[in-house]
Amino acid sequence: MEELIAPLGYAFFTKGLLVATLSGALLGLIGVYIVLRGMSYIGHGLSHSIFGGFAAVQLFAAQFYILGAGLWGVASALAINAVSRRSRVGADAAIGVITTASFALGVALFSKFGTSGPAFDNALFGSILGISVEQIIGLVAVSILTLTFVLMRYRALLFTTFDPHVAEVSGVNVRRLEAALMVVLSLAILATLTVIGVTLVAAMLVIPAVVARMLTDSFSRMLVISTIVGAASGVVGMYLSYFAGVPSGTMIVLVGAAVFLVVLAITGGRGLRKTAGMDHHSELVAAPAR
Amino acid sequence: MRPMSDDMTVLASLEDVSAGYDHHTVLTDVDFRVHTCDFTGIVGPSGAGKTTLLRLLLGTLAPMSGTATHAKGARVAYVPQLETVDWNFPITVEECVLMSRPQSRWWPRTTSAERTAVRDVLERLGIAGVSHRHIRDLSGGQQQRMFLARALLRDPELLLLDEPTSGVDVSTRHDMLHLLGDLNADGLAIILTTHDLNGMAAHLPHLVCVNHRIVGEGSPEQVLTPPVLEATFGARMEVLEHLGMRVVIDEARTMRAVGDE
Repeated sequence: MEELIAPLGYAFFTKGLLVATLSGALLGLIGVYIVLRGMSYIGHGLSHSIFGGFAAVQLFAAQFYILGAGLWGVASALAINAVSRRSRVGADAAIGVITTASFALGVALFSKFGTSGPAFDNALFGSILGISVEQIIGLVAVSILTLTFVLMRYRALLFTTFDPHVAEVSGVNVRRLEAALMVVLSLAILATLTVIGVTLVAAMLVIPAVVARMLTDSFSRMLVISTIVGAASGVVGMYLSYFAGVPSGTMIVLVGAAVFLVVLAITGGRGLRKTAGMDHHSELVAAPAR
Repeated sequence: MRPMSDDMTVLASLEDVSAGYDHHTVLTDVDFRVHTCDFTGIVGPSGAGKTTLLRLLLGTLAPMSGTATHAKGARVAYVPQLETVDWNFPITVEECVLMSRPQSRWWPRTTSAERTAVRDVLERLGIAGVSHRHIRDLSGGQQQRMFLARALLRDPELLLLDEPTSGVDVSTRHDMLHLLGDLNADGLAIILTTHDLNGMAAHLPHLVCVNHRIVGEGSPEQVLTPPVLEATFGARMEVLEHLGMRVVIDEARTMRAVGDE
């Protein structure tokens, strides 16, 4: 018990714990929509794309990097959204090219002009060191925004996620809602980037949602369970990261993966079968059946 | 042509419309009107443009040329083909039916009035008691009724259904036909697509035969004739009269069935 309380004496750890918990919860919540829409790949691509902006802006206008990286992230999100809407065939390829190119640009900029190694590693794998008050405020703001969005547009989001074609006919503005979801996703990735890390954010979007899906058949319960699993992975992962001395993102993801294995063992194939179809890449527009 | 009376207002109309996807034209020269109280079946082979015609009427597909007009403020509801649904989606019947009701408050809690509305519509459709089950755990007929319930919760004036009887058994098809007949008698305009000529189309008051254009329109007696059917399906079909109903015999299929034996 004492071992769990001791690290709380360090301000950096309490800050890290707060950020990790909130990040886990935030990614767990929004991950439900991402996973059910078959957009895991888009989440993965978007985090890499945001890294490019993060690197570029940090070098050229360090004081505005949150704002700059935010704009870059939102712009990439809307671009990806537009690409996946327009063409069903080739959307994956286009997203792959755009986001990996952006990531490569980020790596190049960091290597050429960047400050030494740690900042780079932190952005890739997450770190609890050097979390600023601004970052915490940003994360809290994005979490409140996401929660408000999910609550206020609950039914419309559910309808759009389950059945976009019928939702559109039933008076839901699917196009605007999808764009808003992409913006919220990019802000969530940006806000959790430093603690989880670019390369690991996608895992935290997927794991809690898949675990939740294995445990329930109800959408509302899936939202709650996924949020809790994400937050719990954040707390436990942060402690393990502190004791093991490894990047926070890696431990948070490993804890999530361990939870997945435990739930898999408990529910057996029954739970895993429920996740069938989640690996389909989303067709943001219903296919033109004839 | 059908008799027209003053109380029949036009809910949707297509004038000289051509439509398709990605520069590929599926339908040409379509002139079609939907009135209140219509009960129409769109008949044709796969790929003939049945769903495209539905989408034009829904307004989710814009014509490539011609004009599509929809009555202002008319509430339209749509029941999709069961095959297009993600049955693994984590959702209960009540959650599914409720999603068509716009959220009235910022907090997404189901009000008791909404719960009663869902129960009433499920009861009316004969599937009360399944509201807390997962959608996959229903039979095909129950799944079809659940989507009908979701559509009816919008209190629509026009209901469009895409292949409502594909993949369901004979008794479910029969029940569905009756249910839709009752809804139509209550004043709901219904348009559905079907490829089932004897089980479905022959029982509807009005049919539209489609094969990339409108081949024929009228009552089953008017359009279920060998020339119209051949122009629609591209195969010779014989038509018999049995107990006052048209029965279509697909010669090619009958020949195949005999050959298989």
